[in-house]
Amino acid sequence: MPGWLSAGLAIQASYFVTAVLFILGLKRMSSPVTARSGILWAGAGMGVATLVTFLYPGMSNYGLILPAMFLGAGLAWWSGKRVAMTDMPQMIALYNGMGGGAAAAIAAVELYRGGAGGHVTEALAVLGGIIGAVSFSGSAIAFGKLQGLITGSIRFAGQQVLNLLLLAAALVLGGMVAAHFNAGPAVVTGFFVLALVLGVTMTLPIGGADMPVVISLYNALTGLAVGLEGFVLDNAAMIIAGTVVGSAGTLLTQLMARAMNRSLGNVLFSGFGDSGGEATGTVTGSMKPIEASDVGVMMAFASKVIVVPGYGMAVAQAQHKIWELCQLLIDRGVNVRFAIHPVAGRMPGHMNVLLAEAGVPYDLIADLDEINAEFETADVALIIGANDVVNPVARTDKGSPIYGMPILNADKAKNVIVIKRGKGAGFSGIENALFYLDNTRMLYGDAQKAGAELIAAVKAVG
Amino acid sequence: MTGMVALYIFMLAAFTGYEVIARVPVILHTPLMSGSNFVHGIVLVGAMVALGSAATPLEKTIGFIGVLLAAGNAVGGYVVTERMLEMFKASGARAKTKGTH
Repeated sequence: MPGWLSAGLAIQASYFVTAVLFILGLKRMSSPVTARSGILWAGAGMGVATLVTFLYPGMSNYGLILPAMFLGAGLAWWSGKRVAMTDMPQMIALYNGMGGGAAAAIAAVELYRGGAGGHVTEALAVLGGIIGAVSFSGSAIAFGKLQGLITGSIRFAGQQVLNLLLLAAALVLGGMVAAHFNAGPAVVTGFFVLALVLGVTMTLPIGGADMPVVISLYNALTGLAVGLEGFVLDNAAMIIAGTVVGSAGTLLTQLMARAMNRSLGNVLFSGFGDSGGEATGTVTGSMKPIEASDVGVMMAFASKVIVVPGYGMAVAQAQHKIWELCQLLIDRGVNVRFAIHPVAGRMPGHMNVLLAEAGVPYDLIADLDEINAEFETADVALIIGANDVVNPVARTDKGSPIYGMPILNADKAKNVIVIKRGKGAGFSGIENALFYLDNTRMLYGDAQKAGAELIAAVKAVG
Repeated sequence: MTGMVALYIFMLAAFTGYEVIARVPVILHTPLMSGSNFVHGIVLVGAMVALGSAATPLEKTIGFIGVLLAAGNAVGGYVVTERMLEMFKASGARAKTKGTH
């Protein structure tokens, strides 16, 4: 090996290439046409960086590194391959939490060792440590909530005060560590325990409907933590990748919150997200059931049907059945469109992914701005397991927690058919005025089963 | 790396992240969140270095957990993102053959 080609240079050059590949990969992922190649580019970057890190000067413990890598990679590969598309949001939360935990672990190794860097370096390690630990335990709670392991939202008076106290206490201990003031291993341990508890208490009160925003926020935080630990380790790839994700993730979080017409502070601190329903006792009338055979006839002879999918479709894995139904209608000459609310499902774009999986072409899928004017001319609006995103109280009831959120104007259609499992309220816990309208009929049942019944009904029309 | 250079890198990377994501269509929000989730899996290289330099049993234990978690972040993030984007390709190709878009 010539003298100039040192391991150090090879590593720096490879990290540079990695950073470029990451940025180009993310850029490609932000357009539907190039999105698929984007992940390949970023993946190549990750591969290069991982391999070259084995050359790091002074590396030892390969007997630990390799098993840890294979174990973590194997478990993630296995779980990522077999998880259903509908459960993707919580898997993102889980993997993101792991990244935050890894950043915190790096900080812990540095801080327990002590005195490796100056005060500034240790302060950065502390900062990355607390952010990473909060992201780790917070994401774990988010995963538990979306997976249904944790139900309901635990809330009590003075919760925000407790969180503030926890944060303050963690920062004081972290400050002692960074300033080398009475900072033994016990202080480091206390610091991490407080940070982990803070992640839990911050996330527990947030309702499931707000989880996408929260997961996106933790994603940004993990990025930031990784960037900070990159400074500690003097690792350019981590600094650039972490910071890029930190800022991109922050923007993405804002876009999501905006799509729900909420501010981020509102999501984190207002405690809305479920069971905020006490404001709406004004719904009158009754829900009127209908049989699948009647709906089949209604749709078969309609000229325009707009399908509004929601989380209920995802839970029931009904996207294939629904698309089969729509194809039957299209063959009969019915104009069928899919209307996607920005936050339908559990994540922005969740419905698009599922419909894409079922094979629905792009041009049948419309977003809120495109489709809202068309509901007035639609014969049938078919609501499949969607609730809050079509609730007209968002337009009218100032007291409602979802007041002001842009909704799909499904209530303007001539007939509204709601496929719903039971009579309960939506994820936000708010009664849906749409269900009580005179032009609304309820088709009770799981979306998969209802879809099959509707297919049979439309076929029976002949 | 001196402090100021590090600060410049931080600033430029932050703007880059912002610019890369700006004007992204809503349908790509979830895949993109997943993709950026994969990108911060680069924490793996840091965890490898941390474990590679660990001396005491405590450091080794934490380092081991760090590498395990980081590898999970990177691989899981990749698999999930790839699976999501696979569908976009499939439906895009179909749409093309039908002469739309």
